[in-house]
Amino acid sequence: MSRSDVLVDADWVEAHNGDPGLVLVEVDEDTSAYDKGHIRNAVKIDWKKDLQDPVRRDFVDKDGFAALLSQRGISNDDTVVLYGGNNNWFAAYAYWYFKLYGHQNVKLLDGGRKKWELESRELVTEVPKREPTSYTAEDQNLSIRAFRDEVVAAIGDKNLVDVRSPDEFAGRLLAPAHLPQEQAQRGGHIPTAKNVPWSKAAEEDGTFKSDDALRAVYSEAGVDFDTDTIAYCRIGERSAHTWFVFHELLGQPNVKNYDGSWTEYGSLVGVPIKTGDKS
Amino acid sequence: MSADASPAQTAGTQAAAAGCGASAGGAALTDAGNQAVVQGLVTKDGSPVGTGYARLLNSDGEFVAEVPLGEDGGFRFFAASGSWTLRVLAPGGVRAEQAVAAATGKVVNLEVAV
Repeated sequence: MSRSDVLVDADWVEAHNGDPGLVLVEVDEDTSAYDKGHIRNAVKIDWKKDLQDPVRRDFVDKDGFAALLSQRGISNDDTVVLYGGNNNWFAAYAYWYFKLYGHQNVKLLDGGRKKWELESRELVTEVPKREPTSYTAEDQNLSIRAFRDEVVAAIGDKNLVDVRSPDEFAGRLLAPAHLPQEQAQRGGHIPTAKNVPWSKAAEEDGTFKSDDALRAVYSEAGVDFDTDTIAYCRIGERSAHTWFVFHELLGQPNVKNYDGSWTEYGSLVGVPIKTGDKS
Repeated sequence: MSADASPAQTAGTQAAAAGCGASAGGAALTDAGNQAVVQGLVTKDGSPVGTGYARLLNSDGEFVAEVPLGEDGGFRFFAASGSWTLRVLAPGGVRAEQAVAAATGKVVNLEVAV
Protein backbone atom coordinates (compact mmCIF):
# COMPACT_ATOMS: atom_id res chain seq x y z
CA MET A 1 0.00 0.00 0.00
CA SER A 2 1.46 3.32 -0.95
CA ARG A 3 0.26 6.89 -0.77
CA SER A 4 -0.70 6.96 -4.45
CA ASP A 5 -2.97 3.93 -3.94
CA VAL A 6 -5.07 5.66 -1.31
CA LEU A 7 -4.87 9.39 -2.01
CA VAL A 8 -5.76 11.51 -5.03
CA ASP A 9 -5.37 15.26 -5.39
CA ALA A 10 -7.81 17.87 -6.61
CA ASP A 11 -6.29 18.06 -10.10
CA TRP A 12 -6.75 14.30 -10.46
CA VAL A 13 -10.40 14.59 -9.45
CA GLU A 14 -11.00 17.41 -11.93
CA ALA A 15 -9.33 15.40 -14.70
CA HIS A 16 -11.22 12.16 -13.97
CA ASN A 17 -14.57 13.42 -12.76
CA GLY A 18 -17.26 11.67 -14.80
CA ASP A 19 -15.10 8.69 -15.75
CA PRO A 20 -17.04 5.41 -15.75
CA GLY A 21 -16.31 3.37 -12.62
CA LEU A 22 -15.44 6.42 -10.52
CA VAL A 23 -17.82 7.61 -7.80
CA LEU A 24 -17.20 10.72 -5.72
CA VAL A 25 -18.76 10.63 -2.27
CA GLU A 26 -18.95 13.53 0.19
CA VAL A 27 -19.12 12.64 3.88
CA ASP A 28 -19.12 15.60 6.24
CA GLU A 29 -19.32 16.19 9.92
CA ASP A 30 -21.58 19.10 8.97
CA THR A 31 -24.14 17.00 7.14
CA SER A 32 -25.70 20.07 5.52
CA ALA A 33 -22.45 21.03 3.74
CA TYR A 34 -23.24 18.89 0.69
CA ASP A 35 -26.57 20.61 0.16
CA LYS A 36 -24.90 24.02 0.04
CA GLY A 37 -22.54 22.86 -2.71
CA HIS A 38 -20.43 19.83 -3.59
CA ILE A 39 -18.02 18.61 -6.22
CA ARG A 40 -19.85 17.92 -9.46
CA ASN A 41 -21.18 14.34 -9.68
CA ALA A 42 -20.57 13.65 -6.00
CA VAL A 43 -23.20 11.77 -4.01
CA LYS A 44 -23.71 12.25 -0.29
CA ILE A 45 -23.46 9.82 2.57
CA ASP A 46 -24.67 11.06 5.95
CA TRP A 47 -22.36 9.57 8.61
CA LYS A 48 -25.16 9.59 11.14
CA LYS A 49 -28.37 8.77 9.27
CA ASP A 50 -26.82 6.36 6.78
CA LEU A 51 -24.01 4.67 8.71
CA GLN A 52 -25.36 4.25 12.26
CA ASP A 53 -27.99 1.77 13.42
CA PRO A 54 -30.99 3.91 14.38
CA VAL A 55 -31.67 1.96 17.60
CA ARG A 56 -28.61 0.14 18.95
CA ARG A 57 -25.23 1.80 19.28
CA ASP A 58 -23.58 0.09 16.32
CA PHE A 59 -23.12 0.40 12.59
CA VAL A 60 -25.71 -0.57 10.04
CA ASP A 61 -25.31 -4.28 9.32
CA LYS A 62 -23.92 -5.88 6.18
CA ASP A 63 -27.28 -5.89 4.42
CA GLY A 64 -27.89 -2.31 5.44
CA PHE A 65 -24.55 -1.20 4.01
CA ALA A 66 -25.23 -3.12 0.80
CA ALA A 67 -28.65 -1.48 0.51
CA LEU A 68 -27.13 1.96 1.07
CA LEU A 69 -24.48 1.56 -1.61
CA SER A 70 -26.97 -0.01 -4.02
CA GLN A 71 -29.30 2.93 -3.55
CA ARG A 72 -26.46 5.40 -4.11
CA GLY A 73 -25.57 3.64 -7.35
CA ILE A 74 -22.19 2.32 -6.21
CA SER A 75 -20.96 -1.03 -7.56
CA ASN A 76 -18.50 -3.42 -5.95
CA ASP A 77 -15.87 -2.72 -8.59
CA ASP A 78 -16.25 1.07 -8.58
CA THR A 79 -13.41 3.28 -7.40
CA VAL A 80 -14.84 5.39 -4.59
CA VAL A 81 -13.17 8.73 -3.86
CA LEU A 82 -14.26 10.12 -0.52
CA TYR A 83 -13.91 13.69 0.64
CA GLY A 84 -15.24 15.90 3.40
CA GLY A 85 -14.55 18.87 5.59
CA ASN A 86 -12.30 19.25 8.60
CA ASN A 87 -9.18 17.57 7.18
CA ASN A 88 -11.27 14.69 5.81
CA TRP A 89 -12.19 13.72 9.36
CA PHE A 90 -15.50 12.02 8.50
CA ALA A 91 -14.36 11.02 5.03
CA ALA A 92 -11.55 9.03 6.67
CA TYR A 93 -14.13 7.47 8.95
CA ALA A 94 -16.18 6.49 5.89
CA TYR A 95 -13.00 5.11 4.28
CA TRP A 96 -12.43 2.86 7.29
CA TYR A 97 -16.11 1.89 7.23
CA PHE A 98 -15.98 0.98 3.52
CA LYS A 99 -12.90 -1.16 4.27
CA LEU A 100 -14.72 -2.75 7.22
CA TYR A 101 -17.33 -4.05 4.78
CA GLY A 102 -14.74 -5.09 2.23
CA HIS A 103 -14.90 -2.44 -0.49
CA GLN A 104 -11.66 -2.84 -2.41
CA ASN A 105 -11.00 0.39 -4.19
CA VAL A 106 -11.39 3.44 -1.95
CA LYS A 107 -9.35 6.62 -1.94
CA LEU A 108 -9.41 9.98 -0.17
CA LEU A 109 -9.21 13.35 -1.87
CA ASP A 110 -6.13 14.77 -0.11
CA GLY A 111 -7.09 17.98 1.65
CA GLY A 112 -10.77 17.21 1.27
CA ARG A 113 -13.45 19.81 0.97
CA LYS A 114 -11.48 22.48 2.79
CA LYS A 115 -8.58 22.60 0.34
CA TRP A 116 -11.01 22.42 -2.56
CA GLU A 117 -12.99 25.37 -1.18
CA LEU A 118 -9.95 27.43 -0.24
CA GLU A 119 -8.70 27.00 -3.81
CA SER A 120 -12.08 28.29 -5.05
CA ARG A 121 -12.69 25.19 -7.16
CA GLU A 122 -16.14 24.51 -8.56
CA LEU A 123 -18.98 23.46 -6.26
CA VAL A 124 -22.46 22.72 -7.58
CA THR A 125 -25.83 22.04 -5.96
CA GLU A 126 -27.07 19.71 -8.72
CA VAL A 127 -27.55 16.20 -7.32
CA PRO A 128 -26.40 13.50 -9.77
CA LYS A 129 -28.76 10.76 -10.83
CA ARG A 130 -27.14 7.33 -10.57
CA GLU A 131 -28.88 4.07 -11.44
CA PRO A 132 -29.28 1.74 -8.45
CA THR A 133 -26.91 -1.23 -8.29
CA SER A 134 -26.93 -4.61 -6.55
CA TYR A 135 -24.05 -4.11 -4.14
CA THR A 136 -22.80 -7.05 -2.10
CA ALA A 137 -21.05 -6.28 1.19
CA GLU A 138 -18.68 -8.65 2.96
CA ASP A 139 -18.71 -9.62 6.62
CA GLN A 140 -17.03 -7.01 8.79
CA ASN A 141 -13.25 -7.22 8.71
CA LEU A 142 -12.69 -7.27 12.45
CA SER A 143 -8.92 -7.07 12.03
CA ILE A 144 -9.42 -3.29 11.81
CA ARG A 145 -12.09 -2.82 14.51
CA ALA A 146 -11.40 -3.03 18.25
CA PHE A 147 -13.95 -3.67 20.99
CA ARG A 148 -13.79 -2.69 24.65
CA ASP A 149 -12.45 -5.92 26.18
CA GLU A 150 -9.61 -5.92 23.71
CA VAL A 151 -8.84 -2.34 24.62
CA VAL A 152 -8.74 -3.05 28.34
CA ALA A 153 -6.44 -6.02 27.63
CA ALA A 154 -4.16 -3.79 25.57
CA ILE A 155 -3.31 -1.50 28.51
CA GLY A 156 0.45 -1.68 28.96
CA ASP A 157 0.74 -4.17 26.10
CA LYS A 158 -0.12 -2.56 22.78
CA ASN A 159 0.14 1.02 21.56
CA LEU A 160 -2.97 2.86 22.65
CA VAL A 161 -3.12 6.13 20.76
CA ASP A 162 -5.56 8.67 22.11
CA VAL A 163 -6.07 11.10 19.24
CA ARG A 164 -8.25 13.62 21.06
CA SER A 165 -7.13 17.12 21.99
CA PRO A 166 -4.85 17.50 25.03
CA ASP A 167 -7.75 18.98 27.02
CA GLU A 168 -9.93 15.94 26.36
CA PHE A 169 -7.02 13.58 27.12
CA ALA A 170 -6.43 15.27 30.46
CA GLY A 171 -10.12 15.24 31.34
CA ARG A 172 -10.65 18.99 31.19
CA LEU A 173 -13.04 18.66 28.23
CA LEU A 174 -15.38 15.79 27.35
CA ALA A 175 -15.77 16.62 23.67
CA PRO A 176 -13.98 18.55 20.93
CA ALA A 177 -14.18 22.29 21.43
CA HIS A 178 -16.65 22.86 18.62
CA LEU A 179 -19.20 20.53 20.20
CA PRO A 180 -21.22 20.88 23.40
CA GLN A 181 -19.47 19.32 26.37
CA GLU A 182 -21.51 16.19 27.02
CA GLN A 183 -21.34 12.41 26.67
CA ALA A 184 -19.05 10.16 28.73
CA GLN A 185 -19.60 9.87 32.48
CA ARG A 186 -15.96 10.45 33.33
CA GLY A 187 -13.16 12.49 31.80
CA GLY A 188 -9.59 11.35 31.26
CA HIS A 189 -7.87 8.68 29.21
CA ILE A 190 -6.97 4.98 29.11
CA PRO A 191 -3.81 4.40 31.18
CA THR A 192 -0.64 4.06 29.06
CA ALA A 193 -2.30 5.76 26.06
CA LYS A 194 -0.14 8.22 24.18
CA ASN A 195 -1.82 11.49 23.27
CA VAL A 196 -1.27 12.43 19.65
CA PRO A 197 -4.11 14.66 18.45
CA TRP A 198 -5.36 13.37 15.10
CA SER A 199 -4.89 16.79 13.54
CA LYS A 200 -1.11 16.50 13.93
CA ALA A 201 -1.25 14.24 10.87
CA ALA A 202 -2.61 17.05 8.72
CA GLU A 203 -1.20 20.27 7.36
CA GLU A 204 -3.28 23.41 7.81
CA ASP A 205 -4.77 22.94 4.32
CA GLY A 206 -6.03 19.50 5.34
CA THR A 207 -3.54 17.42 3.32
CA PHE A 208 -1.64 14.63 5.05
CA LYS A 209 1.93 15.27 6.16
CA SER A 210 4.75 13.33 4.52
CA ASP A 211 5.47 9.79 5.69
CA ASP A 212 8.68 10.90 7.38
CA ALA A 213 6.94 13.75 9.18
CA LEU A 214 4.16 11.41 10.28
CA ARG A 215 6.58 8.83 11.66
CA ALA A 216 8.37 11.58 13.56
CA VAL A 217 5.13 12.86 15.12
CA TYR A 218 4.17 9.44 16.52
CA SER A 219 7.69 8.33 17.44
CA GLU A 220 8.27 11.51 19.44
CA ALA A 221 5.08 10.79 21.38
CA GLY A 222 6.39 7.34 22.31
CA VAL A 223 4.49 5.17 19.84
CA ASP A 224 6.41 1.95 19.10
CA PHE A 225 6.03 1.06 15.42
CA ASP A 226 7.04 -2.55 16.16
CA THR A 227 3.94 -3.04 18.32
CA ASP A 228 0.27 -3.46 17.38
CA THR A 229 -1.83 -0.32 17.71
CA ILE A 230 -5.35 0.62 18.76
CA ALA A 231 -6.47 4.19 18.13
CA TYR A 232 -9.41 5.84 19.86
CA CYS A 233 -11.02 9.23 20.30
CA ARG A 234 -14.52 10.16 21.50
CA ILE A 235 -16.82 8.38 19.03
CA GLY A 236 -14.35 6.72 16.65
CA GLU A 237 -14.21 9.23 13.82
CA ARG A 238 -11.02 11.14 14.54
CA SER A 239 -9.33 7.82 15.32
CA ALA A 240 -10.40 6.49 11.91
CA HIS A 241 -8.31 9.32 10.47
CA THR A 242 -5.32 8.12 12.52
CA TRP A 243 -6.08 4.51 11.54
CA PHE A 244 -5.82 5.67 7.92
CA VAL A 245 -2.42 7.21 8.65
CA PHE A 246 -1.02 4.12 10.38
CA HIS A 247 -2.54 1.41 8.21
CA GLU A 248 -2.91 2.98 4.78
CA LEU A 249 -0.15 5.58 4.60
CA LEU A 250 2.55 4.11 6.85
CA GLY A 251 1.68 0.49 6.07
CA GLN A 252 1.57 -0.69 9.69
CA PRO A 253 0.13 -4.21 9.75
CA ASN A 254 -1.97 -4.54 12.91
CA VAL A 255 -3.91 -1.37 13.53
CA LYS A 256 -7.44 -1.18 14.85
CA ASN A 257 -9.90 1.62 15.40
CA TYR A 258 -11.82 1.44 18.69
CA ASP A 259 -15.07 3.07 17.56
CA GLY A 260 -16.66 2.75 21.00
CA SER A 261 -13.93 5.19 22.05
CA TRP A 262 -14.20 7.50 25.03
CA THR A 263 -18.00 7.72 25.05
CA GLU A 264 -18.01 3.98 25.79
CA TYR A 265 -14.81 3.62 27.80
CA GLY A 266 -15.46 6.70 29.96
CA SER A 267 -18.84 5.27 30.93
CA LEU A 268 -17.72 1.68 31.73
CA VAL A 269 -17.92 0.55 35.34
CA GLY A 270 -14.69 -0.54 36.93
CA VAL A 271 -12.12 0.15 34.22
CA PRO A 272 -8.97 2.13 35.02
CA ILE A 273 -8.87 5.79 34.02
CA LYS A 274 -6.09 8.29 34.24
CA THR A 275 -6.52 12.05 34.32
CA GLY A 276 -3.99 14.78 33.67
CA ASP A 277 -1.58 15.39 30.84
CA LYS A 278 0.67 12.33 31.34
CA SER A 279 0.14 8.83 29.93
CA MET B 1 -23.84 40.54 17.74
CA SER B 2 -27.17 41.56 19.21
CA ALA B 3 -29.27 39.32 21.38
CA ASP B 4 -32.44 40.12 19.50
CA ALA B 5 -31.03 38.93 16.16
CA SER B 6 -32.17 35.41 16.93
CA PRO B 7 -34.26 33.57 19.49
CA ALA B 8 -32.45 33.35 22.78
CA GLN B 9 -31.43 29.82 23.63
CA THR B 10 -29.23 28.12 26.13
CA ALA B 11 -26.21 26.01 25.35
CA GLY B 12 -28.16 23.02 26.63
CA THR B 13 -30.97 23.32 24.13
CA GLN B 14 -28.47 24.04 21.39
CA ALA B 15 -26.58 20.91 22.39
CA ALA B 16 -29.68 18.78 21.95
CA ALA B 17 -30.36 20.31 18.57
CA ALA B 18 -26.80 19.93 17.33
CA GLY B 19 -26.43 16.27 18.30
CA CYS B 20 -22.96 15.01 17.49
CA GLY B 21 -22.38 16.97 14.33
CA ALA B 22 -20.84 20.37 14.03
CA SER B 23 -23.09 23.34 13.87
CA ALA B 24 -21.67 25.78 11.38
CA GLY B 25 -22.71 29.30 12.15
CA GLY B 26 -26.33 29.27 13.16
CA ALA B 27 -28.21 31.31 15.67
CA ALA B 28 -26.04 33.05 18.23
CA LEU B 29 -26.15 31.81 21.79
CA THR B 30 -27.03 34.31 24.44
CA ASP B 31 -26.81 32.05 27.49
CA ALA B 32 -23.73 29.86 27.88
CA GLY B 33 -25.24 27.58 30.53
CA ASN B 34 -22.29 25.56 31.87
CA GLN B 35 -20.31 25.91 28.64
CA ALA B 36 -17.43 28.22 27.76
CA VAL B 37 -18.70 29.56 24.46
CA VAL B 38 -16.57 31.36 21.89
CA GLN B 39 -18.57 32.50 18.88
CA GLY B 40 -18.49 35.23 16.34
CA LEU B 41 -18.90 36.54 12.84
CA VAL B 42 -16.35 36.89 10.08
CA THR B 43 -16.79 39.80 7.71
CA LYS B 44 -14.98 41.40 4.81
CA ASP B 45 -15.74 45.05 4.06
CA GLY B 46 -18.81 44.70 6.26
CA SER B 47 -20.26 41.68 4.44
CA PRO B 48 -20.38 38.14 5.86
CA VAL B 49 -17.66 35.72 4.74
CA GLY B 50 -19.76 32.61 4.06
CA THR B 51 -16.97 30.39 2.72
CA GLY B 52 -14.08 29.69 5.02
CA TYR B 53 -13.03 28.00 8.21
CA ALA B 54 -12.58 29.01 11.83
CA ARG B 55 -9.88 27.16 13.74
CA LEU B 56 -9.38 27.18 17.49
CA LEU B 57 -5.80 26.84 18.77
CA ASN B 58 -4.86 26.27 22.40
CA SER B 59 -2.42 28.35 24.44
CA ASP B 60 0.49 26.32 22.98
CA GLY B 61 -0.65 27.21 19.48
CA GLU B 62 -1.83 23.62 18.88
CA PHE B 63 -4.87 23.06 16.68
CA VAL B 64 -7.90 21.96 18.70
CA ALA B 65 -10.98 22.29 16.51
CA GLU B 66 -12.24 23.64 13.22
CA VAL B 67 -15.66 24.56 11.88
CA PRO B 68 -16.82 25.77 8.49
CA LEU B 69 -18.21 29.30 8.56
CA GLY B 70 -21.97 29.58 8.29
CA GLU B 71 -23.57 31.51 5.47
CA ASP B 72 -23.72 34.46 7.86
CA GLY B 73 -19.96 34.15 8.50
CA GLY B 74 -20.70 32.72 11.93
CA PHE B 75 -18.80 30.16 13.97
CA ARG B 76 -19.05 28.72 17.48
CA PHE B 77 -16.83 26.70 19.82
CA PHE B 78 -17.50 25.14 23.20
CA ALA B 79 -14.10 25.59 24.81
CA ALA B 80 -12.78 25.38 28.36
CA SER B 81 -11.83 28.33 30.54
CA GLY B 82 -8.50 29.74 29.40
CA SER B 83 -6.64 31.48 26.62
CA TRP B 84 -7.21 30.49 23.01
CA THR B 85 -6.42 31.77 19.55
CA LEU B 86 -9.06 31.98 16.86
CA ARG B 87 -7.73 31.67 13.31
CA VAL B 88 -9.79 32.20 10.18
CA LEU B 89 -8.92 30.77 6.75
CA ALA B 90 -10.79 31.87 3.63
CA PRO B 91 -10.28 31.51 -0.13
CA GLY B 92 -7.55 33.59 -1.70
CA GLY B 93 -5.06 32.87 1.05
CA VAL B 94 -6.98 35.03 3.53
CA ARG B 95 -5.94 34.54 7.16
CA ALA B 96 -6.84 36.38 10.34
CA GLU B 97 -6.16 35.71 14.01
CA GLN B 98 -7.52 36.92 17.32
CA ALA B 99 -6.64 36.04 20.89
CA VAL B 100 -9.62 35.14 23.06
CA ALA B 101 -10.16 34.38 26.75
CA ALA B 102 -12.96 31.88 27.38
CA ALA B 103 -14.69 31.23 30.70
CA THR B 104 -17.27 28.67 31.79
CA GLY B 105 -20.73 30.20 31.90
CA LYS B 106 -19.77 33.01 29.58
CA VAL B 107 -20.42 33.70 25.89
CA VAL B 108 -17.58 35.53 24.16
CA ASN B 109 -18.61 37.24 20.94
CA LEU B 110 -15.91 38.03 18.39
CA GLU B 111 -16.02 40.14 15.29
CA VAL B 112 -13.31 39.17 12.86
CA ALA B 113 -12.67 41.39 9.86
CA VAL B 114 -10.52 39.87 7.13
